[in-house]
Amino acid sequence: MEYRQAKNSKLMIEILPDKCDFCGCCVGVCPEDAIELKEAEIFIIDERCTNCSKCIWSCPIEVIVFNKEGVVAK
Amino acid sequence: MKEEYDIIVVGAGPAGSMAARFASEKGVSVLMLEKDRDVGYPVRCGEAISKAGVEEFIEPDERWITAHITKFSFIAPDNTEVTLQFDTEQEGYVLERRIFDYELAKTAVKEGAQILTRAYVNGLLFDDDKVAGVKYEHNGEQKELKAKIVIAADGVESRVGRWAGLTTHIDFRDMECCTQITAAEIPVAQDTLYFYFGKDIAPEGYFWVFPKGDNIANIGLGVSGMIGKKSSAISFLNNFMEKHYPGASVLTTIAGGVPSAITLDKISAPGIALVGDAARQVNPLSGGGIASGMIGASIAGTIAGDAIKMNKLDHLLTYDNAWRARLGKRHEIFNRIKEGIFNFSDEKFNNIAHSINKIPFEKRTLGRVFRTALLNQPSLLIDVAKVFIV
Repeated sequence: MEYRQAKNSKLMIEILPDKCDFCGCCVGVCPEDAIELKEAEIFIIDERCTNCSKCIWSCPIEVIVFNKEGVVAK
Repeated sequence: MKEEYDIIVVGAGPAGSMAARFASEKGVSVLMLEKDRDVGYPVRCGEAISKAGVEEFIEPDERWITAHITKFSFIAPDNTEVTLQFDTEQEGYVLERRIFDYELAKTAVKEGAQILTRAYVNGLLFDDDKVAGVKYEHNGEQKELKAKIVIAADGVESRVGRWAGLTTHIDFRDMECCTQITAAEIPVAQDTLYFYFGKDIAPEGYFWVFPKGDNIANIGLGVSGMIGKKSSAISFLNNFMEKHYPGASVLTTIAGGVPSAITLDKISAPGIALVGDAARQVNPLSGGGIASGMIGASIAGTIAGDAIKMNKLDHLLTYDNAWRARLGKRHEIFNRIKEGIFNFSDEKFNNIAHSINKIPFEKRTLGRVFRTALLNQPSLLIDVAKVFIV
């Protein structure tokens, strides 16, 4: 798995792609248009994310978590 | 594939297909772009719909009907069960969405629309301020395609509207975050939709068990994002299964989001219209979005087709009011009722169930049940009166 560091070094949210169902809840609630969702591929656009956490709260299956390291880029 | 289309529809779910079909009926060129490799899959839905919601658009076909519904059963937190029998007109279905969506797409193609799957739309083209086409990725190649009108039917995860400058993101408190399993050997009545309520079951939402024939059932729930701050939908689902059906064979597990709110303030702009979940056209009370999405899309498709035929693209902007008159206004009332129900305590749910059970089974009409329920919540009375009396 490849990790991509947050550009502004403050991105703290990670989507676990192996567990993700690609349902789009997080994309719908993201106020910053910071989540890219393709057929079976999802990642956070780090320069847009503000760590507001709404995606974490809205994930029905707990695959979005805090991670101080950075974000998983598929 | 043409070099340019009159209308490009983003997404080939029920709303996308209906937008494409009704536009094509006007004799304009239409292309649907679907990001997944199949139309109708993956399914993100409880699959229940009223008969009337289907019949407006497609002849019922046993190939995509898994169960015929004639009863609703509401289960209060103290396990009091209230059953309502509907007359035939209110009868419903549990669908096989995989086949249903596919058949709907076929009706669009029959009218002349084209479909391209695995086409991921990732941007819009503009002509001054007017939307004039899409940017999309197909087979690893980035491409552009011009269109006079773009119809965004890109679902709960919609981004197309945002790119056109519309405010489309949904407040996390209004997002019903859902998860569902399809399980075998669930011995429930095959003609009844079961709804469970209560703070331990599905706070700010409901839990459902919908039969799919042969004792297979869709079992799932939605909770608002506000609840998700503390406990996720999957934790409620696991608790329920452990309590009611431990060891059940799970055939499928899915997640999904239902934008359970009123329609967006603006669902059209120069060169673009939003339909279905992307426009937030879901019935906010039931969370049902297939029928209302198809209705919204049929209106948008017709107006878009007319706009092109008349060579008067501004006509597209009449879609907002047309939708509002047909269902949008009603959804505002449903949304207020939903917010009232969100605040019900378990005790209130139990009291309502006990009151309704005092009405003889054959006299339990939906209107009467609502009136009884409302004795416990008078502030909702005016809103409900608008739905059932006007």
